[in-house]
Amino acid sequence: MLRVVTHVIGRDLRLALRRPADVCSVLFFFILVASLFPLGVGPETELLRRLAPGVIWVGALLATMLSLPRMFAEDFHDGALEQLALAPYPLGLVVLGKTLAHWLVSGLPLALVAPLLGLQFDLPPEALATLAFAVLIGTPALSGIGAIGAALTLGLRGGGVLLSLLVLPLYIPVLVFGAGAVDASIGGMNPAAHLFLLAALTIGGLAFAPWAAAAALRIALE
Amino acid sequence: MLDALNLECLRGEQRLFQGVGFTLAAGELLFLEGKNGAGKTTLLRMLCGLTPPNAGEIRWQGEEIRRLGGDFHAQLCYLGHQNAIKEDLTPLENLCASTHLAGDPLSEEDALAALEQVGLAGREDLACRYLSQGQKRRAALSRLAHERRPLWILDEPFVALDTQAVAWLSGVIGAHLERGGLAVMTTHQAVKIPAASVRRLRLGA
Repeated sequence: MLRVVTHVIGRDLRLALRRPADVCSVLFFFILVASLFPLGVGPETELLRRLAPGVIWVGALLATMLSLPRMFAEDFHDGALEQLALAPYPLGLVVLGKTLAHWLVSGLPLALVAPLLGLQFDLPPEALATLAFAVLIGTPALSGIGAIGAALTLGLRGGGVLLSLLVLPLYIPVLVFGAGAVDASIGGMNPAAHLFLLAALTIGGLAFAPWAAAAALRIALE
Repeated sequence: MLDALNLECLRGEQRLFQGVGFTLAAGELLFLEGKNGAGKTTLLRMLCGLTPPNAGEIRWQGEEIRRLGGDFHAQLCYLGHQNAIKEDLTPLENLCASTHLAGDPLSEEDALAALEQVGLAGREDLACRYLSQGQKRRAALSRLAHERRPLWILDEPFVALDTQAVAWLSGVIGAHLERGGLAVMTTHQAVKIPAASVRRLRLGA
């Protein structure tokens, strides 16, 4: 059963490798959004430090949003999704594989560059570490929740805008706890409580979202 | 054995067909006929369980296919309108990925042999985006070379194929029927398939 998850991950990663521009554009979007703020606000380190957690997290949310419409669209248009839906496994497992692959190509790179962006905001070293860790464990929840939105808007005209309207409100808890963790770290407090809640969102998201997204995909395929 | 009872399909306000039913036994081939828009593809998708019928039932070996779920899918090979070929992957990768995901992994030798049969020898390492329409169709059909599932549902399998490939495909379908398999297909071309029992169902007549 779990082999199907690894197969889907392998296939999607291979496809992503053949088209590195898609991965890079998301990453550069994130870098640009987070870099515009220090340029716009000016070199007031105190203010930048206050802004940093929120700005970087919002950048991560928007960058994830950018890559969501592609999650199922190509498979839908070339007929591969039908074949996945007819495979003798629960479709939820296939979606779980696609969600994890999406995280590996869009969430993981964000976690790797987030500390570098934090430097622009003059974050202390412990806050940089917290930021990287929070983005690392928070972004799988973004991919999971996003999968539901991507499945619900599959094949719709103007689905991209609708997708943002559907998904961004659901991202609020991740934003609150993710930014909260970094805030706590900047203030010299222990960010563990926020990180635990973030991890809970991710586990909950990865456990439930694939099944909801699979149900939405079946409707889209009808 | 595949049974369809009294199937009905509505598309919005319009009724595409109603009261469609047939029984297909082992070794039998069913040709679905009808003009464009008669609902052939929709009926095929119903038979796969992708689209639920508005009324009626589809049974495989006497059991409703919705109830069988994955067990039915493990008996079914569906090739749709679209090729389900990834343009960025090579024919070999496509074939291996699709058979893996369908649950019957193919060894690399078998996969290469299948590609040779469909006339893609020498093209197996070329990304599918560089292939012609007919070659892409061949890459998709290469799955049938080693397919041993009993029920084949094929939507316009002969589209874009040259005469040589049409002959190969007819032979493969014939061999499948001879093994006791079942096949349901649509086509607008007059093709000769070596089958003991060929039945025809006309939609929208």
